[in-house]
Amino acid sequence: MFRATLKSLLARKVRLILSGLAVVLGVMFVSGAFVLTDTLGRSFDSLFADAYAEVDVNVAAKPRLEISEFEGEQLPTPFPAAVLEKVRTVDGVSEATGVVAVDGARLIGSNGKAVTSFGPPQLGGNWVGESDLVRLREGRAPQADDEIVINKGLADAGRVKLGDRVGVLTLAPRKDFTIVGIFGYSGDRDSLGGANEVMFTTPVAQQLMLGEPDTFSNIVVTAADGVSTDQLRDAVAAAVGDGYVVKTGEELSADAAAGLKEGLSFFNRILLGFAAVALLVGTFLILNTFSIIVAQRTRELALLRAVGASGKQIIGSVVLEAIAVGLIASLLGLAAGIGIGALLAYLFGNLAGGLELAGVAVPASAVIGAFGVGLVITVLAALLPALRAARIPPIAAMQDVATPDRPLTKVTVGGALVTAVGATLLFLGLGGHAGGNTLATILGGVLFAFIGVALLTPLISRPVVAALGTVFSGWVPGKLGRLNSGRNPRRTAITAAALMVGIALVTGITVILDSAKSSISGLAQDTIKAELVIAGAQSGPRPPTFDPAVLDEAKAIPGVRLVDGEYGDMAMVGGERTWVAASSEPSALVRMFGATATAGDIERLGPGQMLISSDRAESRGLSVGSTVPVQLARGEESTYTVTGIYESTPLFGGVTLPAEAARDFAIPQPIQGYIQLEPGVRAADVLPRVEALLADSPEVSVADRDAFIEEQAGQLDALLQMIQILLALAIVIAVLGIINTLALSVLERTRELGLLRAIGLRRSQTMGMITVEAVVISVFGALLGVVVGAALGAAVVEALRDEGITKLVLPWSQMGVFLGLAAFVGVIAAVLPAFRAARINVLGAIAHD
Amino acid sequence: MTATTGQSATAAARASDVWKVYGSGEAQVIALRGVSAEFERGRFTAIMGPSGSGKSTLMHCLAGLDSVTRGTVMIGDTTVTGLGDAGLTKLRRDKVGFIFQQFNLLPTLTAKENILLPLSIAGRKPDPAWYDVVIDTVGLRDRLGHRPAQLSGGQQQRVACARALVARPEVIFADEPTGNLDSRAGAEVLNFLRNSVRQHGQTIVMVTHDPVAAAYADRVVFLADGQIVSELIEPTADTVLDTMKKLDTPAEVTG
Repeated sequence: MFRATLKSLLARKVRLILSGLAVVLGVMFVSGAFVLTDTLGRSFDSLFADAYAEVDVNVAAKPRLEISEFEGEQLPTPFPAAVLEKVRTVDGVSEATGVVAVDGARLIGSNGKAVTSFGPPQLGGNWVGESDLVRLREGRAPQADDEIVINKGLADAGRVKLGDRVGVLTLAPRKDFTIVGIFGYSGDRDSLGGANEVMFTTPVAQQLMLGEPDTFSNIVVTAADGVSTDQLRDAVAAAVGDGYVVKTGEELSADAAAGLKEGLSFFNRILLGFAAVALLVGTFLILNTFSIIVAQRTRELALLRAVGASGKQIIGSVVLEAIAVGLIASLLGLAAGIGIGALLAYLFGNLAGGLELAGVAVPASAVIGAFGVGLVITVLAALLPALRAARIPPIAAMQDVATPDRPLTKVTVGGALVTAVGATLLFLGLGGHAGGNTLATILGGVLFAFIGVALLTPLISRPVVAALGTVFSGWVPGKLGRLNSGRNPRRTAITAAALMVGIALVTGITVILDSAKSSISGLAQDTIKAELVIAGAQSGPRPPTFDPAVLDEAKAIPGVRLVDGEYGDMAMVGGERTWVAASSEPSALVRMFGATATAGDIERLGPGQMLISSDRAESRGLSVGSTVPVQLARGEESTYTVTGIYESTPLFGGVTLPAEAARDFAIPQPIQGYIQLEPGVRAADVLPRVEALLADSPEVSVADRDAFIEEQAGQLDALLQMIQILLALAIVIAVLGIINTLALSVLERTRELGLLRAIGLRRSQTMGMITVEAVVISVFGALLGVVVGAALGAAVVEALRDEGITKLVLPWSQMGVFLGLAAFVGVIAAVLPAFRAARINVLGAIAHD
Repeated sequence: MTATTGQSATAAARASDVWKVYGSGEAQVIALRGVSAEFERGRFTAIMGPSGSGKSTLMHCLAGLDSVTRGTVMIGDTTVTGLGDAGLTKLRRDKVGFIFQQFNLLPTLTAKENILLPLSIAGRKPDPAWYDVVIDTVGLRDRLGHRPAQLSGGQQQRVACARALVARPEVIFADEPTGNLDSRAGAEVLNFLRNSVRQHGQTIVMVTHDPVAAAYADRVVFLADGQIVSELIEPTADTVLDTMKKLDTPAEVTG
């Protein structure tokens, strides 16, 4: 039996390679994801181990507000320099250095734009001298207030050199400095993981980065000989008291790495999600291939039964074939995954500004994931055909093989049930009835819906394929091709369903994002009553900011009626982490954004007063006069009184604090500005004057309202494009499926093709026939995908109605493009099989067995 | 030996000194050794011979399904030898009809669609009067909407005959058309073929190994070892059988 299996496997190399390719691609994604995150994780480990190598113990004040990696860099709490003296007197301390190191020093490069980092911090601090880690490459330490040293990586990124006079944005607006030194790190590195560093003299660093003189963000302590870091940590902790966090260098390094790894695991999950889609599509493909192989081998399998093989042995033989395919595909997928993972890690490392990559290794998770997924999927997909093979009666060996049209009742009933389960899960998940498992419920619903629709597809395929085929009815090869595609509804259905999955996901996500975009744009158009908007594109964790002085200067421009600067930050409000906003213009809420009051006064906001949205008031049980404790990024906790409640809209629904509060935000500079003009004043006339004011705020620019809204909504387009690219993989796999199905059909119908050629079908007509078959199948799949995707997308949009997505936008043109693309894909997929069909030797095909 | 019945002007198909050699060196098999034959227009000719005599190869070469190693094949006034794929396809469309032993019909098409397939492929309309004649001759008028799976073997073969006839080709090649049928269904098909020759002047060349089937023909050509060794005009099953028996001892014939 084993030999027979092996032989039949070898005899069917090509079709198995095609179906195996689907598994290879899926497995590649899975193992690539693991290799990537493992490599990056270890790279970060070594990066932080290096960065903290010279720190025995670090002292920092407890942060006012703990924030996660996703929300930006932790803002350190400044503490008085006196603490340094206290630490120096602790037993076991060899040396203690007061350090300023805070994110948010942005150097303006030689092109006039602020250097950005896409993730790694842009540290501003005090120069504490060279060490084993930090070495000056050229120049000297900063001595005067307007002197800085910067790391080589930053110098390169900003295209600045020793002696240049450059602007730096800090807590304060732009200030100019002379670069007196450029430094690097041990191991000839230009930066640590892409971080940009600007080092001032200590007093300047304190003023610009911490906002208070004579303070530090942390103290780096080295142990005297014979004192362990743990002992030192405990001794220092006891000396400085409760308000401080004292950690060893290793602890600090582990904390930092853990924070980043959390982000990496999120990345990993996204990649695994796409792998799951690829594998789902692959499953359809494998199922189809094995079904066709079993159908073609009916005679051979029946012969095996006739000479004494048991049903179990037949199942075993098919499953064995699947295991062999699965193993080989997993192995290839793993190898490809390691390559892709390493490549992505390399790209990621470069994007992050030169992350020193740890060597690529293959984590156990990648190997287990690859073989687990590859084998399980292949064997599961082959199981159904195997069971069917076992039911072939021995008598089939003696008969002419006819594949009877099995009734579709069972499949259809099953499909309806599975679809119903999927719809129910979706309803529960989207309706918010799934408790804590909303995401899992929705994903399960989508999966069930796909499988259900795939099962219903054979039934749907008959009328739809017939309808699609009418396009070709005037052309004989076209008609034959159309009839062929309707010939085996199951095979056509599974092939089309594979294409459906990818297209449905792309369509669904497009529907959701387009609806969101259009709803938000519409809302913004309706609510924003400013003709000009100052804003910048955010590239890292910090939003771009501008000089608050611009607000006053803009107000002085003739024709300007009202100017509002918007500040924002995370804060603890009533013990709850919330985004808070502050406006420089108290009446802006009403006059710029058309908010309406539901209680109290929302046009005035004095110190200690706050405005909240009606949603928030309702859910937190607040009313005008309620008092709420608020902890901002800086300063002590203070109590605010609710003095006004405004109607919630999806555009703003948070907490609004008075302008004074913005001083204690992590970024005490406005992140957006809104300018309202006097009636009759043209925006285009004022725009260049505002532009001129922004000369020293290179992170932002001014645009008219429509351009601003378009730009904001346009951010969703980038997301959409990324998703489309990743899902394109699923579509590629589906195309492999179409090629596979066609190639097998051509093989199966060799005699028939011979007959057609014998009665006068030209080569070109033969190719036309096969192409029509492919086009009908792929357009059918795309049609299903577009319909299912639009339905799924519409369901999600409906569920998000309360979140402000009120418009359902069906991307008709894009859906049309998908159908056109599907037709094109069909033509491409048909090339090889059609060529093969046209080359069939007429005599060989029709001669007797 | 050369069969030279009839004049070349009226020949529907002609083979002149046709050689067919498969393989080379030790594995070389000579299937046809200089066969020359003419098949008259409006006659029903059977090609007979024992297995391996080359009768199927001869038919394949005549129909342009297989190439010849040497010699010339003509259908009507078209020289088949040397035609490319496009030329051969055109030949099959315009001048040649086929009836095979099995796998004769497309399962996706109805009987009527199968019958009209060669014409639709060539983009031609059937002559309605002739179409009616053919349908009535094969007696399938009430079965035209059925698919092959719903027809008996004999009915399927009659559909195949009708398909070959409806385009009025120069010559119809039938390869063991009754090989898969029982004797009654086979007799129906053969009667039908003979009638189409007698009443409508169709030319038919049929390969068979069944003396009863061959007896329906106007003339039988016998092949052995790749050469034409004998022929019978107006054969009966008995005379055919006698000739076949003689072929089993080739020395007598060649002598």
